[in-house]
Amino acid sequence: MIAQPVPKAASLAKRDAIVAGLRRLVRDSGVIAEPIRMKTYETDGLAAYRQVPMVVVLPETTEEVARILAFLHQEGVRIVPRGAGTSLSGGALPMEDAVVVGMMRMNRILDIDYDDRCAVVQAGVTNIGITQAVQERGFFYAPDPSSQLACMIGGNVNMNSGGAHCLRYGVTANNLLGLKIVTIEGEVIDIGGAHMDAAGYDWLGLLTGSEGQLAIVTEVTVRILRGPEGARAMLAGFASNEVAGACVDAIISSGIIPVALEFMDKPAIHACEAFAHAGYPLDAEALLIIEVEGSVAEQDHLLGRIKDICREYDPITLRVSESAEESLAIWKGRKGAFGAVGRISPDYLCMDGTIPTGQLPLVLRRIREMSDACGLQVANIFHAGDGNLHPLIMFDANDPDSFHRAEVFGADILKLCVEVGGCLTGEHGVGVEKRDLMGVQFNAAELDQQRRIKSAFDPGWLLNTNKVFPLLHTA
Amino acid sequence: MIPRDEAELADILRAASEPISVRGNGTKLGMLRPVQAAATLSTSALTGITLSAPKELVLSARAGTPLAEIEAEAARNGQHIIAEPPDFSALLGTIGPQIIGPQTIGPQTIGGVTATNLSGPRRVAWGAMRDHVMGVRAVNGAGEIIRAGGRVLKNVTGLDICKLLTGSHGTLAVMTEITIKVLPAPERRATVALMGLDPKQAVAALSAALGSPYSVSGAAHLPAAMAARIPALAWLGGAVTLARIEDFALSVAYRSGRLRADLAGFGVAEILDDGASRAAWAAIRDAAPLVGEPGCVWRISVRPSAGPAVAATLEAAFGAAWFMDWGGGLVWAAGPADEAAHAAVADAARASGGTWMLLRGPEPLRAAVAVVPPEAPALAAIARRVKAAFDPRGILNPGRIHAGL
Repeated sequence: MIAQPVPKAASLAKRDAIVAGLRRLVRDSGVIAEPIRMKTYETDGLAAYRQVPMVVVLPETTEEVARILAFLHQEGVRIVPRGAGTSLSGGALPMEDAVVVGMMRMNRILDIDYDDRCAVVQAGVTNIGITQAVQERGFFYAPDPSSQLACMIGGNVNMNSGGAHCLRYGVTANNLLGLKIVTIEGEVIDIGGAHMDAAGYDWLGLLTGSEGQLAIVTEVTVRILRGPEGARAMLAGFASNEVAGACVDAIISSGIIPVALEFMDKPAIHACEAFAHAGYPLDAEALLIIEVEGSVAEQDHLLGRIKDICREYDPITLRVSESAEESLAIWKGRKGAFGAVGRISPDYLCMDGTIPTGQLPLVLRRIREMSDACGLQVANIFHAGDGNLHPLIMFDANDPDSFHRAEVFGADILKLCVEVGGCLTGEHGVGVEKRDLMGVQFNAAELDQQRRIKSAFDPGWLLNTNKVFPLLHTA
Repeated sequence: MIPRDEAELADILRAASEPISVRGNGTKLGMLRPVQAAATLSTSALTGITLSAPKELVLSARAGTPLAEIEAEAARNGQHIIAEPPDFSALLGTIGPQIIGPQTIGPQTIGGVTATNLSGPRRVAWGAMRDHVMGVRAVNGAGEIIRAGGRVLKNVTGLDICKLLTGSHGTLAVMTEITIKVLPAPERRATVALMGLDPKQAVAALSAALGSPYSVSGAAHLPAAMAARIPALAWLGGAVTLARIEDFALSVAYRSGRLRADLAGFGVAEILDDGASRAAWAAIRDAAPLVGEPGCVWRISVRPSAGPAVAATLEAAFGAAWFMDWGGGLVWAAGPADEAAHAAVADAARASGGTWMLLRGPEPLRAAVAVVPPEAPALAAIARRVKAAFDPRGILNPGRIHAGL
């Protein structure tokens, strides 16, 4: 288990005063202080870690957020910002002495501008909610994390969320124009706007992916894009991970960048097929899901070229979707992969390292060896085009030894990712989960440089303190 | 000072006690505020491509490597730099080799393009330079070597120092090595060219083009006088409004035809072929129509629909020569080198909720005015603390972006 910071006794001692103070700042239903009602907020997508916070507050406006932060800053109380609580790295895990600031009531879309191709939304709008609001005009918001039905744009900004279509459309950071933030002192600052490339320091870029360490995001200006004329997926199954990896290299080398290029190994194929009945080949060791966009003729052209490339690698299966329904089924399997693994194992840890794609065969072989050595099953799902791995380690949470082995196994995978030239996290964030591994990727001077940036925004280290940086500060 | 390697650079910065003017080959010295420093430090000797991994879509080079070398390496692999970085050496009068002050001017470097976050026409569809910087090695003002990001395409490990350093104009750290994402270069280009539109009609047409499903990768409008200065466009006669498509040959033929049909309501359109498209967009990228203009040159970034109003305001205020890129969102303007004209630019940008940069101007003016918009007090305070977090003694390019920072 990863250590949690020592609670500030001073904060705990004045809990009643903090609750009363917050009740003066937001409407009464916006303060949740009863332990039984706070249980909803005790964990996030990293469900092995739980902690009921001191109190939960649910602001409805930027001004309320500003008043809350000014008050808590004055009181020296820690703060944990929270969106939908879907973080897989424990980014929204509360602390015993902290106030959770939940953004779910700030869920309005404030402006949609098709001429300028942007929308202004509050932080608590769901990812899919943006696309749903603009799809009648054929537009969409590009980043599509698997949790997109639930996760909120404020959380996406803080974790710089990705998705299956990053290869073509980029991650959250590449799809933002502006933010409204509240600093720890309660100052409201507008960053960027409907225009591109603010002069001066790239605050937008720095805040994106900052995991709640620097400020609270209350509004987001996103780019909205016109969708393609159409899209179609195909499946290619191969006899080994090596061959599938070589095929991915060959596709990229040919000059084709598919909008999505997903890789599953055999355990993942079986889990997803049992769940989605997408027609995945159960005899394949590795499966690629490849999607292209454009008119039907353009799709045919690109899929034809990709099929020709795949044929050079002796595919076991090569199947192009013939209908929108079939494409949907193919994606249902992939997007439901986490749930599918959940059906065959009581619990799993979802890892998120990135590797140079050329290292894929080596890394998958080593993961298999580690899996055998520790006696835990693993299913690998992988954004193949950009090297972002998602090994799902299956364990039993009722068995502390099993959980311990799963955490060690996961850490070993991430160390391997760094060793081969990659990184600890491609899109899930460091959070609590990978906090103590930061020293594997960064040296002391580099970590201190990052800490000093944190201090420039939050000198008292009140914002989401127990995440990202290995603990130095204790109460 | 021209350190031969990163270690020597770190030694220099550790030992330094006075302000240092940081640069690459000096092609952008005329941008932003002049730096008051007795010493200069150039990354021009830190050269060479250190990683070329076309299958992984990344390329790394030391900061002083000429951009042209990197473009050539990418081209050998059938790839290109996504943000289409411009070359402003003609605009800024810094075409090398020539000597300006203590500096021998050379070709622009990857470090310079990254430190200034300069992006070309493709920015409107594919993102800025900062969107494709995957990793950086740099030396901060305390002389510590800092790595940020890495060599993989998806990386959210820790704070995104790559983006913070990109566009920081050498004020936080001196970059020594940069890793960028590259993508396959398009097989073909074509441009749908509408003629004779006024600025408002033009931006409406460009909005329709950028809002179409055809992946438009460039969207510009040039009034007649500006178009006449680009040989690839001059023959069209009059104002031109351009929408570029870059893709496989089959897609370019199909999409440019469809786009021309979709835009038929805006008038008759020509389709420029691959060669004419290359020439026209290179000229737009480098602001070639403004090279011969005397005085100041500004880059104004606003919401695209506000572009025509900004242009009209500046035309009325000081007879600005101007054109628009990024679908109307980037207004290029040239005008007299005085504070009144500069104030008009700042007011017009502010009125539209946008931002500006004084890209070219005489040194006394650049020293006297805010060359980019001042930040709100709360943000300016954070900026000072972030500057101190990298450069505690304030020795790196002091005052380059904002006076006193």
